[in-house]
Amino acid sequence: MKKLLIDGVPGHGWLMLAVTTALLLAAPLFVNDYLITVLILIFYFAYAGQAWNIMMGFAGQLSLGHALYVGLGAYAAAGLYVHFGVGPWIGMGAAIIISGVVAVILGYLAFRFGVGGVYFAILTIAFAEFARIGFDHIKFLGASSGLFLPVKQYVSNDLWSLRGKPVMFYYLMLVLMLVALGICRMLLRSRLGYYWRAIREDEQAAQSLGIDVFRCKMYAVVISAAMTSVAGVFFAFYYNNLFPEQVFHISRSIEIILGPIIGGIGTLVGPIVGAFVLTIFSEGMTELLEVFKLTSPGAKQVFYGIALLVVILLMPHGIWPPIARALGLAEKSGEGKPTDEKP
Amino acid sequence: MSKIRINRRHFVAGTSAAVVSASSISRALAQMPPLKLGVLLPTSGAQAGIGQDCQRVVDIGLGVLKDLGYPAITVINGDTETNVEVARSRAEKLINDGAQILIGAFDSGQSTAIAQVAEQKGIPYVINIAAAPPITEQGYKFVFRNFPTAPMILGDAFANQLEIFKAVGMSPKTAVMLHVNDTFGTAMQGGIGAVMPKFDMPYKIVETIAYDPTARDLSVEISKAKAANAEVLLVVSRLNDAILLTREMVKQRWTPQAVLSMGPGWYEDQYLKTLGKLSDGPLGFVPWYDPNKKVSKELVSLMGKKFPEVTMNTNHVYTFEAMMTAADAYKRAGSSDPKALADAIRTTNITNNVATGPGIQFNAKGQNDKLKNSAIQNRDGKVVVVAPASAADAKPEYPMKDYTKR
Amino acid sequence: MPLETYINVIIGGVLTGLVYGLMALGLSIIFGVVRIVNFAHGEMMTIAMYVAVVAFSQFHLDPLLMMVPIAAALFALGYVMQAGLINPFINRPEHSQFILLVAVALIMVNLLLIIFGPDAQSVQTSYSLDSYEIAGVIIDATKAYTGAAAVVLSAALFAFFQMSRTGQSIRACADNYTGALVVGLNVKHLYALTFGIGAACVGAAGSMLVLLIDVTPALGPGYTLLAFIIVITGGLGSMPGALLGGVLIGVTEAMAGLLFTPSAKSMFSFALLVIVLLFRPQGILGKATR
Repeated sequence: MKKLLIDGVPGHGWLMLAVTTALLLAAPLFVNDYLITVLILIFYFAYAGQAWNIMMGFAGQLSLGHALYVGLGAYAAAGLYVHFGVGPWIGMGAAIIISGVVAVILGYLAFRFGVGGVYFAILTIAFAEFARIGFDHIKFLGASSGLFLPVKQYVSNDLWSLRGKPVMFYYLMLVLMLVALGICRMLLRSRLGYYWRAIREDEQAAQSLGIDVFRCKMYAVVISAAMTSVAGVFFAFYYNNLFPEQVFHISRSIEIILGPIIGGIGTLVGPIVGAFVLTIFSEGMTELLEVFKLTSPGAKQVFYGIALLVVILLMPHGIWPPIARALGLAEKSGEGKPTDEKP
Repeated sequence: MSKIRINRRHFVAGTSAAVVSASSISRALAQMPPLKLGVLLPTSGAQAGIGQDCQRVVDIGLGVLKDLGYPAITVINGDTETNVEVARSRAEKLINDGAQILIGAFDSGQSTAIAQVAEQKGIPYVINIAAAPPITEQGYKFVFRNFPTAPMILGDAFANQLEIFKAVGMSPKTAVMLHVNDTFGTAMQGGIGAVMPKFDMPYKIVETIAYDPTARDLSVEISKAKAANAEVLLVVSRLNDAILLTREMVKQRWTPQAVLSMGPGWYEDQYLKTLGKLSDGPLGFVPWYDPNKKVSKELVSLMGKKFPEVTMNTNHVYTFEAMMTAADAYKRAGSSDPKALADAIRTTNITNNVATGPGIQFNAKGQNDKLKNSAIQNRDGKVVVVAPASAADAKPEYPMKDYTKR
Repeated sequence: MPLETYINVIIGGVLTGLVYGLMALGLSIIFGVVRIVNFAHGEMMTIAMYVAVVAFSQFHLDPLLMMVPIAAALFALGYVMQAGLINPFINRPEHSQFILLVAVALIMVNLLLIIFGPDAQSVQTSYSLDSYEIAGVIIDATKAYTGAAAVVLSAALFAFFQMSRTGQSIRACADNYTGALVVGLNVKHLYALTFGIGAACVGAAGSMLVLLIDVTPALGPGYTLLAFIIVITGGLGSMPGALLGGVLIGVTEAMAGLLFTPSAKSMFSFALLVIVLLFRPQGILGKATR
C-alpha cells in the first residue's frame, strides 16, 4: 500500500505538492468568499475528473455519461436525508452501492455483448438520459419539481450532517481531491493499473497475455462510478437542491470530462490542472469580456469554445504532460508519457 | 434631475411646508450614494429568451424609479447561464463586487442557489420570478419573494374562471389538462388536488397529460387530448410549446370551448406575432399588471417606446417590482447596511405598484401572500385583462372562435 | 380511444421519423466513411434552419424550394470543416475528436444566440397549417410533403453511392482505407466530400424541419442526441438503416406518448437503443463486422 502511494515521486515533486497543499489550506484566511466558491467548484471538477479518468485515462473506456453517477449519488444521499433523516456519511454508503450496482449493470451489458468504442460512449449517454427522464417521474424524489434539502443560517459547522458554511465544504472538497489523487496513484501503480493500461493500449494483446479483460474493465467502471457518486453527495449537500434536468444533463457530463482531457488524460495531476485552468479561464473570461464591454450573452461561450479548440489542436495530450517533462516529474512517475495513441 | 421632479410633484401637492420638506428629502436623496443592485438573470443557455426578456425592463425601470422619487441605483448584471453552479458563483461575485441587494433569477433552482449565498452573506435577495413553494419555507431571513407560489396562482385562476363563467353564463362540465413536466408544470399539477376542491368548479378534469419540456413534436399530445373529448383545455406550458400546441390544434381541427392557460406562453409577444389570427382566444390566468394603476401606465408607455414590438408581460412586471422593492427599502432604511435593508424590506408596504392586488408586502416567511393574479385574453392580437372586474379593461369572449373558421 | 387516433399517431410518427432519418443519415454516412462521430450534428442542422428562416423572411423563398441550395451551403461548410479542422484528428483517439466537435458545437450554438437572439423563429407558409382528412384520419400536409421529400433525397443519395464513380470511390475508402491509398485515391479529398455530403443531408433535413418546428439556438444538442439514437438503432454506416431507425424511433415515441405518458416518451427510444445495442450491437441493418 504505502509503497504504491509513496515510491517513485522525486523530492522536488513532494515539495511542489506540499507547497500547493499548504497554499490551498491557508487560502481561506486571505481570499474572499467568491474565490472560495470558485475553488470549491475547481476541487469538485478535479475530483470528478479524477474519478472519470480511471475509466477513460487508465482503462480506455470512454464514458460520456458520468453525470449519471453524480446524480445517483446526489439523489441517494439527499433522499435518505430528506425522508429518513439519515446523515450524508451513511447516505454516501448508499450512494456508492447504488452507483456501483448501476455501473455493474451497464458494464456487464456492454462488455458481455462486446459493445465498445463509440458505441460504449453512446450507451453511457443513453443510460444518463434514461435516468434524467426517469427521475423526472419519481414523485418520491420530487420528480421534476426538484428535491430540496432543508437549509438554515449556520453559525457553526456540522460536519456529521454536512450542514455549514462554504469553508467547511472547501476543506472537505480539498481533502477529497487529495485523497482521490492518492487513490489514483495507488491504482495506477498496482497490478490492476498495469492491466488497465495494457487493455487501453491493445485489448486483444492484453487478452492473449492472459489478462481477464472483462473483469478488469468491470473494476474500472465500478470504481470510477463509486468515486463519482461521492462527488454527487457533496453536490447535493452543497447546493441543497436537485433537479433531474440539472444533475443528469449531458452538459454536466461534458463539464466533468473537459478537465482531465484538457489537463492530460491518463495522468494523475492532469485532471487537477485541467479543472484549475478551465474554471479560472471561464471565470476570468467573464471579467475580461466585461472590461471590453463584450457582454452579449453567448460571447463568453464562443471564446471558451475557441480556447478548447486551440488547446486540443496544439496540445493533443493536454497541458500537464509537457509541464511535467519540463519540471522533471515525467520519467519516474510516467506523467509525461503520451498515452493516447490510437492503435 | 430627480431633485427637480420631486419638487415639482410636491409643489402640485400643495403647501409651501411640503415644498420645504420635499426639497430637504430630495437633498438627502441626492446625497445618498447610489444603491448597488445585483441583477442575476439567465441571459444565456436554455432560458436565455426569458432572461433577456426580464433584462429589458431593467434600464427602463431605473428611469421610472427615479421619476417616482426613489434614490439612484447602480445595476451590476450577472449572467447565470441557466446553470445552478454558475448562479451560485455569480451571486458570490456580485456580492464581492459590492452588490447591496440581489434580485433575480427567474428559475427555482438557480434562485435557491442564490438564496443560500444571500442568506450566508446576510445580503437581502428579492426573487423576481420562481414559483416553487420550498424557497420561502426554509426560514430564511434575507430572502424575499414577490411572486405567487403555484397554489396561489391556482387559487386565483379558479376564482377568476368562476367569475368569467358567471359573466358569460356558460360553464364547461369537463376539462382535459395538459402540462409541461418541469418544475413549474409539476408544481401546478400537484397543487390542483389540494386547491380545486376549495372552489365549486363546474368542470371535472377527465384526463391529465404531462409532456416533456424539450419535446420537438406535440402532435401525439394533442391527439390524446382531443380523444379525451373534453369541453375545455386546461394547460400549463411554456412559450415554444404553446405555439406548437396551437398549431397542432389547428391541424387536427380541434377547437375546445376555451383554452385556460395557467402559465406563460399563450400571451407572449412571440405567440401573438407567430400565430397572428390564430393567437386570439386563449384565456390566461397569470400574475399580471393592473392596467388601471398609475405606474403600470407609465411602465407600459415607456416599454412601448423602447421596445415597440414587445408587450409588457409577467417577466417585466415582476422584475420591475423586485427593483422597486429594493429601491423602496433603500429609501426607507437610509443606509446600505444589509441588515437595515433587510429590515426595511420586511416592512415594505408599496401600494402604487404595478401588479394586480393590494401591493407589495411580505409575511414573516418573506413571501408576498397578498398578491392577486389576473385573467387575460388575446383579442385581435392584443392582450386585454378580463378578470377580476376591479382590475380589468375588457369583457371576456367565450367560447373561443373555431380555429378552422378564421 | 377511437381507432382513428391510433392511425393518426402512427402516420405522424412515420412521417416525422423519415425526416429525422434523413438527418441521421448524414451522421451515418460521415461515421461510415470518416469514422468520426459528428457531435456537432444537431448544431449544424440548427444553422440550416436559420438559413431557411432568413431566406423565407427576407426573400419569401419556400423552405422546400430552398432545400437544395441550403444543402449545397451546408455541403460547403462540411467540406471546409473536414478539410480544415477535422482532418488532422482522424487518427486521434475518440475523446480528442469528441472535444474538438463539442467545442465546434459550443461555438455554433452561441454564435447563433448572438446573431439571432434567443427567441424562437419560424416559417409560416401558405400550407403550413393544412391537413388532409381521409376517412376520419387526419394527415398533416407539411409532414406528408417533408416525409416524401426525405424519401426522394435518400433514394437519390443511395443511387449516388451505388452508381457514380465518386460514390464508389468513397465506398472504397470506407471499406479499405489502405487499399484506397494504394490505388491512388485522394483520400483527404474524398473524406471532405463525405463530410460535405453528410452535412448536406443535415441541411436538407433542417430546411424541412423548419416547417414543422420553430428554431432556437438551444435546439442543437437535442437533435445530435436524437441522431445518435436513430443511427445506432438502425445501424451506424448503413443508409437504409438510418431511415428505418428514424421511422422506428418516430413511431415508438408516438405510441409511447399515446399509450403511456408523453413526458416519458424519449425514455422509450433510449430503451429501444439499449435493447438494440445489446442484442444486435451493429444495429438492425448494420454490418456484423466493426
